[in-house]
Amino acid sequence: MKEEKYHRCARWLLMAIAFSALGGCDWALFNSKGQIGVEQGNLILISIGLMLIVVVPVIVMTFWFGWRYRESNEKATYMPDWAHSHKIELVVWGVPLIIVAVLAVIIWETSHSLDPYRPIESDKPALNIEVVSLDWKWLFIYPDQGVAVVNELVIPEKTPVTFHITSDTVMNALSIPQLGGMIYAMGGQRTQLNLIANEQGEFFGQSGNFSGEGFSAMRFSTHSVSDDAFAQWVDKVKQSPEVMDFATFKEVGEPGEMVNHRYPIYPVRYFGQVEPNLFNTVIGQYVTLKDSHSTAMHEAAQVQE
Amino acid sequence: MFGKLTLDAIPYHEPIIMITLAMVALGGLGLFAAVTYFKKWGYLWSEWLTSVDHKKIGVMYILVALVMLVRGFADAIMMRTHLAMAHGDGQGYLPPEHYDQIFTAHGIIMLIFVAMPLVTGLMNIVVPLQIGARDVAFPYLNSLSFWLFVGGALLINLSLGLGEFAKTGWVAYPPLSGIQYSPGVGMDYYIWSMQLSGLGTTLTGVNFIATILKMRAPGMSLMKMPIFTWTILVTCVLICGAFPPLTATLAMLSLDRYLDFHFFTNELGGNPMMYANLFWIWGHPEVYILILPAFGVFSEVVATFSRKTLFGYASMVWATAAIGVLSFVVWLHHFFTMGSGASVNAFFGIMTSIIAIPTGVKIFTWLFTIFRGRLQLNAMTWMTLGFLVTFSIGGMTGVLMAVPAADFVLHNSLFLIAHFHNVIIGGAVFGYLAGIIYWFPKAFGFKLLDRFGRYSFWCWLIGFYFAFMPLYVLGFMGMTRRLNHFDNPAWVPWVQVAVVGAVLIGIGIVFTVVQFVTSYIKRKDNLDVTGDPWDGRTLEWATSSPPPFYNFAVIPTADKIDAFHEAKKNGVELMPAPEHYEPIHMPKNTGNGLIVSAFVIAFGFAMIWHIWWLAIVGLVGAVVSFIVRSYDEDIDYYVQPEEIARIEQAHHQTKANAVVQA
Repeated sequence: MKEEKYHRCARWLLMAIAFSALGGCDWALFNSKGQIGVEQGNLILISIGLMLIVVVPVIVMTFWFGWRYRESNEKATYMPDWAHSHKIELVVWGVPLIIVAVLAVIIWETSHSLDPYRPIESDKPALNIEVVSLDWKWLFIYPDQGVAVVNELVIPEKTPVTFHITSDTVMNALSIPQLGGMIYAMGGQRTQLNLIANEQGEFFGQSGNFSGEGFSAMRFSTHSVSDDAFAQWVDKVKQSPEVMDFATFKEVGEPGEMVNHRYPIYPVRYFGQVEPNLFNTVIGQYVTLKDSHSTAMHEAAQVQE
Repeated sequence: MFGKLTLDAIPYHEPIIMITLAMVALGGLGLFAAVTYFKKWGYLWSEWLTSVDHKKIGVMYILVALVMLVRGFADAIMMRTHLAMAHGDGQGYLPPEHYDQIFTAHGIIMLIFVAMPLVTGLMNIVVPLQIGARDVAFPYLNSLSFWLFVGGALLINLSLGLGEFAKTGWVAYPPLSGIQYSPGVGMDYYIWSMQLSGLGTTLTGVNFIATILKMRAPGMSLMKMPIFTWTILVTCVLICGAFPPLTATLAMLSLDRYLDFHFFTNELGGNPMMYANLFWIWGHPEVYILILPAFGVFSEVVATFSRKTLFGYASMVWATAAIGVLSFVVWLHHFFTMGSGASVNAFFGIMTSIIAIPTGVKIFTWLFTIFRGRLQLNAMTWMTLGFLVTFSIGGMTGVLMAVPAADFVLHNSLFLIAHFHNVIIGGAVFGYLAGIIYWFPKAFGFKLLDRFGRYSFWCWLIGFYFAFMPLYVLGFMGMTRRLNHFDNPAWVPWVQVAVVGAVLIGIGIVFTVVQFVTSYIKRKDNLDVTGDPWDGRTLEWATSSPPPFYNFAVIPTADKIDAFHEAKKNGVELMPAPEHYEPIHMPKNTGNGLIVSAFVIAFGFAMIWHIWWLAIVGLVGAVVSFIVRSYDEDIDYYVQPEEIARIEQAHHQTKANAVVQA
């Protein structure tokens, strides 16, 4: 009888562990498919581990002191006027200080090594993608391939990708959690994000900053594919007769209509041709750009610093 | 004539809002009828609405806060239940334009109209008593602050039934909050309700700095002040440093919206990022404005109920001050993801994590106060223990997000939501609830029933873990905040568990209400006749409960930390009754604060709806009535020794009777 009970308990326990482990697979941040994301995930775990050095004792001491020094426990020492101890104060200032000092070094190092603007080292040259956030969709321009896509992102695996990001509306943030961090998209500004996919797969993308009523519809799929598949996909997009010029861009940027109290996700749309320099034209609506060549040179120089 | 205001501004087509409005109208009518029936209008006017007594103003702050808590919570439960339905093919029941208002209102209400008035309410009730003063430095200003705050609260509640509220999220980043993307009146409700209550808060800050610095009892040097007063002093310095930037920022946003300026627009040289900087220069100190007073409450509660002197007083003071200073140099950690350089991000990340040092010191200081004490377990100490565990976890996740490279994946995710609810519920809310229970007998003369306080605590605590631990997980899964619909099936169970937590917290709020009601009914069994129900340590317990309007018949001398406790220990009377009482100088009640505020409310309302003539009337009326008050010389009087003797005698009599009965 009793044994059976134990078995049942054990079975439940195993199931619970298995379930949570399975659940773990869905935790995008600890199951990252991009090098940057993997390093960020590790950084999170290291930081938590470091802080647990203080947090675990605090929790243990709360239970321990709360129980030990409860009113009804006459056996415990009672020192109503004891209010000072150099030793204890040294420890309570010192230990957090040391931990924060270590953390500060980690912060400094990783802020630089994982700086989203930092080009990712690789033998392959980086793929440039220009990203414009619109109401409520994403435009991805592949300047070197001469194509543009709305709401679908296709990248070759194991190839660094440099996103140049701006917005033709309010603020958004380009976020592909399974690959790594996010960076804001802002009108009249060009921000940058470098990511790399370690393997093939399909990852969800979203906006990481609330941008109005259709915000929830700013979802897109990111496909990480082989080099060949990427080339084939580019060819496929090139087949599209649609041309992404400034007028079309403005038309795509219209918010659209709600259906059933919800903004539907804008369908994926391919553009076989892109107006040259469209990305700068978009930014140029809001700010006066120096000629784009010198801007690019300046940026490159900054990154090298 | 009425600007943009027409009858269409009433949302007839929203059943949720119309039912709420009907209930509010019924309740209001009932209240009005009751006050009229019992002929209490005169009492209400002369004893409360026009009162400049800090204790009554404090009580009114807390009353408004608790009412607003119910509204803020209603928003929360709507968001959670909607999201639990709105995935895949499910639509939920809130269209985006409504849902977006709800999460914006939830944030603003909980921060500005619940947490802030709980802080100001507690400091109003406690600080003058704790430093042995008879009122605050500027009693009229205090009344004005309160009524300005009420004005803000009134405007945000009006937005429910007249027009709309902002749909931008509580941070209201432009350009989304600019006129181009938010042409409606919602954003203007946001601006003016924030401006009114912000002005009130700033004046409170000034008032209490002056009070604490200039009106302490003889002998009470700064390093002998009770810790709660210390935390309030630092809080008020933060208020004076942080709220003016908010006022200026919102003024600039108003210029953008009303007069076509371009501070924060995309085009014509505007820079929305500047708003983010300015907003968080207020926003980050603001969270310490919320938490420091709670830290103060825990310091009082833990020392009193451990029956032991607070451990490491000097450490506690320095840690509080350090947190105050550091809170001004961390704002950029709210937007590492806007593309600042690596070194800038690293600087702000490191400054943020440094705040963990003084905070950690405080945690250990409370723990070592319990150490070798005699901890009485009641609702207040349970909240303290719950706080120590929960807040440590919240602090850890906060420092985690201060690591810029980690924040890139956690920014704006539900992990962030879980973090700040973790520190606000696990820190600030537990502190305020404990503070209310702790000082309730001082304010009303009877104790609250502890049992319901404990029930409430457990509901809040367990509810918190159920509601927000899933949000940490969802954050790790990459779910971003403010979604009103999602497709990822893996997120569903976690979102649903969070609803259970929200319901539990709701039950916790109900228990708090039950606690007030039943305690009031059974008040005769829990009367505090001595004025010192907890065997307290600080001056507020030296006077009667509730204190006479002049607080202290004789100003006590406080030349030691915990002067009242020392006096009791040494068997000394802290305030021996003199042969003859001296006349006491007191301020007269005035309705002027209420009148100024009424004009300011009219001004704010008119600005929201572009009713320009009313705006002029409101502004001129407010300025003129304020000037009139400045020339009024009949603002104070002396309480005569005979009256003082009579009141004191009565108090001593009840005290003596109680001793005899015991």
